[in-house]
Amino acid sequence: MNSTAAVAGSPARKPTDWKADVMQKRIRRRYAAERRFKALGLGAVLLSVAFLAFLLVTMVGNGARGFTQTELKLPIDFPHSTLMIDPAQLASDPDQALASADIEGAVAAAADAAFGEGGARMLSDGAWLTVQDAIRKDPNLINGKTEFWVPASTAIDLAAKGQPAPEPKAAYEKLKATNAVKTGFNPGFLTKADSTDPTVVGIWGAFKGSLLTMLVTIGLAFPIGVLSALYLEEYAPRNRWTDLIEVSINNLAAVPSIIFGLLGLAVFLNTMGMPRSAPIVGGLTLALMTMPVIVIAGRNAIKSVPPSIRDAALGIGASPVQVVFHHVLPLALPGILTGTIIGMARALGETAPLLMIGMRAFISAPPSGLTDPATVLPVQIFLWSDEVSRGFVEKTSAAIIVLLAFLLAMNGVAIYLRNKFERRW
Amino acid sequence: MKQMSSDTLNDIAGSQHAAAVETTKMTARGVNVFYGEKQAIRDVSIDVSRENVTAFIGPSGCGKSTFLRTLNRMNDTVASARVEGVITLDGDDIYASGMDVVQLRARVGMVFQKPNPFPKSIYENVAYGPRIHGLASAKADMDGIVEKSLKRAGLWEEVKDRLSDSGTALSGGQQQRLCIARAIAVDPEVILMDEPCSALDPIATAKIEELIHELRGRYAIVIVTHNMQQAARVSQRTAFFHLGTLVEYGDTSEIFTNPRETRTKDYITGRYG
Repeated sequence: MNSTAAVAGSPARKPTDWKADVMQKRIRRRYAAERRFKALGLGAVLLSVAFLAFLLVTMVGNGARGFTQTELKLPIDFPHSTLMIDPAQLASDPDQALASADIEGAVAAAADAAFGEGGARMLSDGAWLTVQDAIRKDPNLINGKTEFWVPASTAIDLAAKGQPAPEPKAAYEKLKATNAVKTGFNPGFLTKADSTDPTVVGIWGAFKGSLLTMLVTIGLAFPIGVLSALYLEEYAPRNRWTDLIEVSINNLAAVPSIIFGLLGLAVFLNTMGMPRSAPIVGGLTLALMTMPVIVIAGRNAIKSVPPSIRDAALGIGASPVQVVFHHVLPLALPGILTGTIIGMARALGETAPLLMIGMRAFISAPPSGLTDPATVLPVQIFLWSDEVSRGFVEKTSAAIIVLLAFLLAMNGVAIYLRNKFERRW
Repeated sequence: MKQMSSDTLNDIAGSQHAAAVETTKMTARGVNVFYGEKQAIRDVSIDVSRENVTAFIGPSGCGKSTFLRTLNRMNDTVASARVEGVITLDGDDIYASGMDVVQLRARVGMVFQKPNPFPKSIYENVAYGPRIHGLASAKADMDGIVEKSLKRAGLWEEVKDRLSDSGTALSGGQQQRLCIARAIAVDPEVILMDEPCSALDPIATAKIEELIHELRGRYAIVIVTHNMQQAARVSQRTAFFHLGTLVEYGDTSEIFTNPRETRTKDYITGRYG
């Protein structure tokens, strides 16, 4: 019974000498180990900060140029040009009149006249569209001489931004001497859609496509994911079936995303006959991919709500649904939102499954609805990075900046909501 | 009796005798509780009166908390738990299929071992129960219920100026009184207390015990406690549980001064438990 009796059989123990050298050495080793660990951790943090800084500096450095554009001042004297346009028809049927007017030829001729031989090649291929839009807006322009600012060709644009190719450089210097060139912010990049000409492309089409796709994704994945998590945690009995469902959901979260693309192709396009390349199909496909992530995060968040809160609510006569919606869900919401951020960020950056459902098509107009053909930001970046024209290099970087800004904005909203619902215990 | 501390004897001397007029509020007849294969409660029959405080005492794991939780069907939340026998509230079988468990728990309130206020404001903590049961129609009604409940729980003076503060910011003893206020806000008929003072310091404990005295008569109170002095101080009836059976049940003064069973005597004299 007595504790001394238990050790009586063993040989007597010497009293520990806490001041002995062995002890001092052990203490020193302990401090050294602690210092090593701290240094390693700090090193890891510094390394990741350096990588992040490198990424941001490179992206912003390259991408910032993608938001600017060089324009040339092009005087056109319409009455003396080759423009064949009937003022009467322009008033009654402007589309037809402009289509048959050969504005492109007139602009090329004006450029040759203004900038000398080969002047037309200094203009962007889409430069005449600027002129066409101006005439559509103000038909009186064709009666006189007007100066237009039209986008310059890629070669001039790059020369203006400091590319050292000799021939465009010389042409650019000549233009600059006559004050016929300026480089400034390009609002068209933020309002237009895809094009084959890098000087007139815009990111808005892909941005809107991403926005619509994300809306469909979160609109489906969040409520279904949260309700599934709630049901599985709070209502479902523990048996073989729920175990099976749990394993399936965990596996779904790990399935490579391209397989979800194949699933979307087979189910939404081939079986259900939904439109190809549409944000609704993209959103549905990404929702399938995001849902398991939300379910898993949601279940963990719900599990971590202390049972005493459920007892407290049940103890004063709250029904199970009231317990869930008044107490468990609000307390679990920060955790659920964290999972949602992760899932949505992954969905936003996803390319592979969207390629399978046709969202890599060349689409030159922003989608006006969920069923219009569209593309999304990461696919647009992928497509541009594949282009031959050198003007797309900086556009690709600029698109990456837009994608990152979108991601940060989305996460910012989620983090704001999470902090708003976070409660201190 | 020799080993009983003089403290306990004083307590017993001070404890009030059971009320002369008694009405039975709850009865249990032949109750068995199983957790899966394991039987936690064996054939317990007991009457709880409206006028008295009834204490359940016994060593850890004797089933007193389990039995308490059968009285408002909190064991329903444990999937493996199974209850046999008859438990009635005002003569109605609470395990009958027609009994609404939500309403039952409003009528038989509960205070838990660990103070568990909602992470909401003090006001919301108390107002939550009346709100979900539709007990107050206007804001003024609700204010009245909250004030009355907090006063009855002896917490009003301490919190009246900070009703919008979080309930979790209070001290442990205040939190437990807030939980009691929350329980009485829905105007229950019975209050079950599951070791309400085990997480509190002696001063907070004294306040809770005083509160139990105040509440006695208005509500039927059943309290589970580890602390025998506490049972002696606050209760008029005491039930001694051991290994899932009800060993002895009677007037508190009888149980503590003149137990019929040897097991009861051994327990209250500190020979085991």
